[in-house]
Amino acid sequence: MRISFWGLLVIAFGFSWSITAFEHNPRTERISGSAGDVLEDDPVGKLKVYVYELPSKYNKKILQKDPRCLSHMFAAEIYMHRFLLSSPVRTLNPQEADWFYTPIYATCDLTPTGLPLPFKSPRMLRSAIQLISSSWPYWNRTEGADHFFVVPHDFGACFHYQEEKAIERGILPLLRRATLVQTFGQQNHVCLKEGSITIPPYAPPQKIQARHIPPETPRSIFVYFRGLFYDVNNDPEGGYYARGARAAVWENFKNNPLFDISTDHPTTYYEDMQRAIFCLCPLGWAPWSPRLVEAVVFGCIPVIIADDIVLPFADAIPWEEIGVFVAEEDVPKLDTILTSIPPEVILRKQRLLANPYMKRAMLFPQPALPGDAFHQILNGLARKLPHSKNVYLKPGEKILNWTAGPVGDLKPW
Amino acid sequence: MKLSALRQSYINRRSYFRSSVPLDSSSDSAFNSPTAIFGLILHGLCCLISLFLGYRFSRLVFFFLFSTNFYTSPFRSTADLVRTLDVHSVLSTNPHLPLVNKTLPNSRVVVGRHGIRIRPWPHPDPVETMKAHRIIEIVQKEQRSQFGEKDPRTVIVVTPTYVRTFQALHLTGVMHSLMLVPHDLVWIVVEAGGVSNETASLIAKSGLKTIHVGFNQRMPNSWDERYNLESKMRLRALRIIRQKKLDGIVMFADDSNMHSMELFDEIQNVKWFGAVSVGILANSINADEMVDHKEEQENPRMPVQGPACNASNMLAGWHVFNASPYAGKSAVHIDDRGTVLPRKLDWSGFVLNSRLLWKDRGERPKWIKDIDMLEGDIESPLDLVNDPSMVEPLGSCGRRVLLWWLRVEARTDSKFPPRWVIDSPLEITVPSRHTPWPDAPPEPHANEEPIEKHSTKRTSGSKRRSKRKQNYNSAGQIDV
Repeated sequence: MRISFWGLLVIAFGFSWSITAFEHNPRTERISGSAGDVLEDDPVGKLKVYVYELPSKYNKKILQKDPRCLSHMFAAEIYMHRFLLSSPVRTLNPQEADWFYTPIYATCDLTPTGLPLPFKSPRMLRSAIQLISSSWPYWNRTEGADHFFVVPHDFGACFHYQEEKAIERGILPLLRRATLVQTFGQQNHVCLKEGSITIPPYAPPQKIQARHIPPETPRSIFVYFRGLFYDVNNDPEGGYYARGARAAVWENFKNNPLFDISTDHPTTYYEDMQRAIFCLCPLGWAPWSPRLVEAVVFGCIPVIIADDIVLPFADAIPWEEIGVFVAEEDVPKLDTILTSIPPEVILRKQRLLANPYMKRAMLFPQPALPGDAFHQILNGLARKLPHSKNVYLKPGEKILNWTAGPVGDLKPW
Repeated sequence: MKLSALRQSYINRRSYFRSSVPLDSSSDSAFNSPTAIFGLILHGLCCLISLFLGYRFSRLVFFFLFSTNFYTSPFRSTADLVRTLDVHSVLSTNPHLPLVNKTLPNSRVVVGRHGIRIRPWPHPDPVETMKAHRIIEIVQKEQRSQFGEKDPRTVIVVTPTYVRTFQALHLTGVMHSLMLVPHDLVWIVVEAGGVSNETASLIAKSGLKTIHVGFNQRMPNSWDERYNLESKMRLRALRIIRQKKLDGIVMFADDSNMHSMELFDEIQNVKWFGAVSVGILANSINADEMVDHKEEQENPRMPVQGPACNASNMLAGWHVFNASPYAGKSAVHIDDRGTVLPRKLDWSGFVLNSRLLWKDRGERPKWIKDIDMLEGDIESPLDLVNDPSMVEPLGSCGRRVLLWWLRVEARTDSKFPPRWVIDSPLEITVPSRHTPWPDAPPEPHANEEPIEKHSTKRTSGSKRRSKRKQNYNSAGQIDV
């Protein structure tokens, strides 16, 4: 009886304390409860990461050949490497490491216009893994189950930009047991493995910080979007690109003055987002886009039009409370959906977005700040510890098939 | 991200076609070759037909033949599809036959061509638009409460006016500016010549809280006397504020001035007595002569009246209007063609806390005079203060011009229909002298003459006015 009495007292105390913590800053809201506090977790001390020393042909030389890789939306792989090299979670003793990181810049083979070609990436990864497994014993110990790779390309480790091709290839066979840190996320999709960590695409933090306008500028645009609706080069008739959703947005709302949508490239893109209440984030050729990051950073409520998408850090950020999800089939009713959201819900979403921790969790600042995307990735990795027993293979046991996959992938790199 | 050329996508489409032909689960690979050849021939035939007809109806055929394995889409029925056969890329087509489902079993999302969903009336719905505007208003109000003024005080606006041709023009401008002010507002309109229906009906359209007071003198015809009378009218308004104990910030909005919205946000910062910079738009036709002067190579700058600060942002003096370039050319009477000049320091550049006017001495600082103690009239509100250095300069120390002064009036004998409404129908029609088209019969045309006719039907008020105007013109003096 006494224990339960004290227990009740502690619970009551904790409850009242959490309420006061909730009320403390009326302008921004902390997402209290198990999901929200996780954003502020500190991974230092919870895990140890060992960074393999790969020859520079896998990372530095590639970057030297094309420095554009540092600023495109796949640059997370490079900055993750740099962050880990100087982070307190790094350990130089592989025996005590929980996770192993392979610094390979697989997405840095760019065309003249800046788009990454994924054709060499499978071969590159295969050669890197061969190197790791022959020089260190840790890969063979678990066949990669305690290794993680950053694969920020369109469809993650499927290494193709076309969805049908990517589905056909599936995830690279050698990576079937490793943890993948990728931007692509769609439920029940071949290219999203169970246990992957979804991250936001890279958005240059300096450019974003430089374009802030005073917060008292009234938000006068109702819905804002800039981008393609029809990809005339690759899908002139429409219907393939974005599964027809972007085209539907255009056809239904091009005459609507509430919707500021067009294919222009204005110089005031970031400033306009800060003057808008809702920002559309529809899918393109892949469901993810940097618009989500930009919307969160600029305080514009993201309207996500992508069926079954898995958003970044979905286990830490309650996206349902921050953004609005619209099914692709409901796009013709988008204006009704948005105007029927009660105003107090809209104000609450704006307050949640105004939380600086939320904005920071979407960015990759250099140097790293506590609570940013690097730390969220480490938090995600830490949450998967300790590794279960079946991760460690018995000696002689082999699970991965080293010769699976298209013949072209087996060529040495 | 997608680099493949059309050829690549075409190859893909052909591969879909091939994979989708043997949809029956019972067909073995043994049967593939005749089926495949047949499929190929059929496809070629369909291509040729669509080449001539201009749309891809091969898909339609397969839709009909293989519709069992189909994910139905609820928005278009087969009947509709049959009718709407011309393929605009805009028109929706049914989702193409799916691949042998490579996505995992529970996925609803299918790779492939999807229809573009368009609702029957893709135009804005006015109800939705109103709701959206209400949401925008709520969001902006919230923004203002977070980042703007915490406790906005009521703004008390004092406007002297009188009925004349341009009254509707000027007063509507001021009225709309005041309607946009997000704070509480009280509008005190003092009218020379007594309360009239014209002014009352104009003001009633604003929806603001107004106090409409009449002043017993009629507005004189010369600018100097007009300024004097306006000062008296403003003092009258200040006495009303004192009597009603209105609480807020008093500002003077003359009916021909132009105010920016930032002005109303800036005056919330005043503590007791503040001054803002006023831009003077004193141009007139004669000003062009001065521009051609050889010494003035650059554009003549707009003169600004207001507080002047020294380097440490303390009030150091006043910028006043320099009347010397206009000496001898300024307008004396209201309908003169010369430049209308302002006084040295205009009333509209000053704002004061209404508590300065209240009877009880309580919080009032010592450097303000009591209005009841004033003998005679005051020319500018600076006469109300004993110590002019206590005036607070607003608008980043007078550097921002927040309102503009202008005086434009029509000739005093100009006629205008009361309330600018021609409400009785024009009864006199006079054929015009030229018809635009030689063949058309002469159209009965309403031109300027009816106004003169209408003038005989004017209401009694305007008749009185016209008589008054005639009295001015003949005597050039006030005729009470």
